[in-house]
Amino acid sequence: MKTTDTPPADTTGERPPVAKTAPAAAPKEKATGRTLNVFSHGFLILWAFMVAMPLLWAVMTSFKTDKEIFSSPWALPDSLHFDNWSRAWTEANMSDYFLNTIIVVGFSLLGTMLLGSMAAYVLARFEFPGNRFIYFLFIGGMSFPIILALVPLFYVMQNLSLLNTLPGLILVYIGYSLPFTVFFMTSFFRTLPTSVAEAAFVDGASHTRTFFQVMLPMAKPGLISITIFNFLGQWNQYLLPTVLNTEPENKVLTQGLVQLAVSQGYKGDWSGLFAGLVMAMLPVLAAYIVFQRQVVQGLTAGALK
Amino acid sequence: MQHGKYRFIVGFLTAPLAIYGLFVIWPFIQSIYYSFTDWSGLSPEFKMVGFKNYTRLLDDEVFWKSLQHSVMLVVLLPLVTLTMALFFAFMLNVGGRRRKNAAIAGVRGSAFYKVVYFFPQVLSIAIVALLFQFAYNPNSGAINSFLKAIGLESVQPDWLGDPDLALWCIFAVLVWCTVGFFVVLFSAGMASIPKDYYEAALLDGANRITTFFRITLPLLWDTVQSGWAYVGILALGAESFAVVQIMTVGPGGPDYSTTVLPLYVYQKAFRDGQAAYATTIGVALLFVTLLFVAVVMKLGRRERLEY
Repeated sequence: MKTTDTPPADTTGERPPVAKTAPAAAPKEKATGRTLNVFSHGFLILWAFMVAMPLLWAVMTSFKTDKEIFSSPWALPDSLHFDNWSRAWTEANMSDYFLNTIIVVGFSLLGTMLLGSMAAYVLARFEFPGNRFIYFLFIGGMSFPIILALVPLFYVMQNLSLLNTLPGLILVYIGYSLPFTVFFMTSFFRTLPTSVAEAAFVDGASHTRTFFQVMLPMAKPGLISITIFNFLGQWNQYLLPTVLNTEPENKVLTQGLVQLAVSQGYKGDWSGLFAGLVMAMLPVLAAYIVFQRQVVQGLTAGALK
Repeated sequence: MQHGKYRFIVGFLTAPLAIYGLFVIWPFIQSIYYSFTDWSGLSPEFKMVGFKNYTRLLDDEVFWKSLQHSVMLVVLLPLVTLTMALFFAFMLNVGGRRRKNAAIAGVRGSAFYKVVYFFPQVLSIAIVALLFQFAYNPNSGAINSFLKAIGLESVQPDWLGDPDLALWCIFAVLVWCTVGFFVVLFSAGMASIPKDYYEAALLDGANRITTFFRITLPLLWDTVQSGWAYVGILALGAESFAVVQIMTVGPGGPDYSTTVLPLYVYQKAFRDGQAAYATTIGVALLFVTLLFVAVVMKLGRRERLEY
């Protein structure tokens, strides 16, 4: 993208006629520019409204009574019913679901990043027989439908007594996050200079030590992007826990909420359900707004590579 | 760097490969093997039945419906999502009022739009599905009450309960979730296209629509192509499963009107105890996915443009 940085100085010197002809064309161009501006703002606002509205509606609804939800879905709540929130947190087990999710995502994220970068480092920096094969084995996992493997996986987990346990879920999350993590980190390690690692090694550091003390710190930007990517993916995971983790007390947030929707539907506690929904929504939205740049970089880096 | 090299390599690869092999690769290979058996999943006994499961697929009406819906999603979802995203991203980057010397400018507040548009991307698909389930509720949902409020009381569709509408409701939710991400992605791509290209084209008398098709789209083509593959895999996989499973009633919507391949795999395996048949449907899903990726690669192949 160097071209954008260099030209301004020369172009003004090189192309004076352009500057002269521009004002003549300006009035017409200006008018179309204005119409276009109104047109584009119109569409952009409409979509912003369509994205934000359901979310604001959910927040509003979470403060209403059940009666209000049904009688006037679009009206503001007459008073803020915080009891919906406390009821959801304690009685509807949202606190447990949160805790489970934090445990599962915390450990899987740690495991994914550690194992993923270890494998990626070896694959990126060392030549050995089978290197390419292992690399393609890993990245092949990115495009195949998870659901196909889930049926036998269910029975593998059962045989290992890992079904319906949090450690089991953690291991599965790590397994399914590895393809992309290895793919991304391998290309990242390849871009790092080799000289530093070689110097460390010559100075007597072992390979392991070189990796942890020299290479990992150097790979920090890549690690951050991919950690965010994995965090969102694992925090929002629904399919894997639905199939592999049906023990009521082990449920994670997403399944807990769906379960809540089914049971509250019968009990009629819609306000509690909305409170739970918003409760699950707000932490990620808040984290996104605060770490916006990193989140976008992390996710788009994921899609672009 | 030879000293202890192999010991190090083995040490670093063992754990990742073991986990990946045991929980991803091994089940994946097994599933293809199981598709040739009559395994129920409930008992450990089974025998080989050859292609029986595959011939059963041919007469399975629900399978064809699921396939049809999945194919419809994989064709239309990328088309609609990416077109909308390109449109919004172009508006954000080029739709602004002329400022001083710049021939083209982004709209004011484009950063704000990008932040809002990205919201659905960070939410779990399960949360989104639940939220829209309420919005679509025919009696007290947000959408029908809104229609009532603006005087359209006679128009009160049964959204998810109507076999003709249900799949389109699902489709709309998937579009809602996905567009924002690509607006941000394409917008970043467009911002890196040198401004002089547009200036030159506009001075030559091209209008903005022409500049979009002649400059923006060709230079962005690689990103569009990988986006195409990404949305397609999403439409065939876990996302469409979650939306259909959570939002629609009964076994994949009224009269199977919303059922999709991943949901049908799930139902056969974990509800009906037909694990072998489920893996067969899964293999069909794998074929659809591979076919789709191959088509995208083939159609998307263009000369690479450097700038």
